[in-house]
Amino acid sequence: MIEFFKQPWPWYIAGPLIGLTVPALLILGNKSFGISSSLRHICASCFPANIPFFKYDWKKEVWNLVFVFGIFLGGAVAINFLANPNPIEINPKLANELAGYGINNYDHLVPTDVINWASLFTFRGVMLMVVGGFLVGFGTRYAGGCTSGHAIMGLSNLQWPSLIATISFMVGGFMMANLILPHILSL
Amino acid sequence: MEPNTNTDFEVRSLDAICVNESHLEHQWYHNIKYLVIGVLFGVVFVKSEVVSWFRIQEMFRLQSFHMYGIIGSAVIVGMISVWLIKKFNIKTIYGETIEFHPKKFNKGQIYGGLLFGLGWAITGACPGPLFAQIGTGATVIIVTLISAIAGTWVYGLWRDKLPH
Repeated sequence: MIEFFKQPWPWYIAGPLIGLTVPALLILGNKSFGISSSLRHICASCFPANIPFFKYDWKKEVWNLVFVFGIFLGGAVAINFLANPNPIEINPKLANELAGYGINNYDHLVPTDVINWASLFTFRGVMLMVVGGFLVGFGTRYAGGCTSGHAIMGLSNLQWPSLIATISFMVGGFMMANLILPHILSL
Repeated sequence: MEPNTNTDFEVRSLDAICVNESHLEHQWYHNIKYLVIGVLFGVVFVKSEVVSWFRIQEMFRLQSFHMYGIIGSAVIVGMISVWLIKKFNIKTIYGETIEFHPKKFNKGQIYGGLLFGLGWAITGACPGPLFAQIGTGATVIIVTLISAIAGTWVYGLWRDKLPH
């Protein structure tokens, strides 16, 4: 039984489970599914700096911080009790491309060859972690949501601005992965 | 940006004249249910490899259906759920009417969306997976998370000057 759960879960199991988060949060407490707003609540609670955008009663949004703390714990549970013993399988074409950048380790979900503490002090590492993270935080708030708030919650509620946001996410991602990232990884 | 354009969807603190929140006051332990949902969600994230940098690269190179299947089926399940909640006027466990917050269009969804897309393909993670990745022991992702918090903070600082 446990062996069954240790395999990577197929999309048709995981996708519906992720989708069920939408009604679960609504029914349990009238909460709209969204994750990137947690970053804002962290700003509001720790460094509001008199910025109007961070002056609100963040304590009312504590549920969101508890939720993302749960995601962190869930990651730890999955890796400690349900870890996949085999290396990650990826499309051979991608493996071939990544080998050209020196990425050969498939033991972790993060490419530890390029994303690690030592590489933080290289230009490539700064691009992958610091600049990438900044774009995620800045872009999601500018867009008013991320994959969860717009692509899943927004589309579930048939909000066309969320469709525009989702299309923009994908356009940005395609541009980066195909046109820019290869140059960053080649550094 | 026109001063009256509200681009704030998460909290009703900004630009809201009348905030008539009828929400019940809950003790802290009511938040435990969100912790449980978060843990389950985090497990699904890791086991389905949504938090895998490699899966995101495959998605943006059209080399695998996996991520499209996950997002697509999640949206379909979400849509059916929202439709059922509206149709049968399903209440919360506390008996409150479930509220939906319409999203208004503004140009931030395009500009911000593109910027987030760029970051998503670099880090291989949207905000949720960042937390899960740290949970899996990738401690260096704490740096990415701090940087994302900094990005959110800088957006807040520049918000009035950015086109919306």
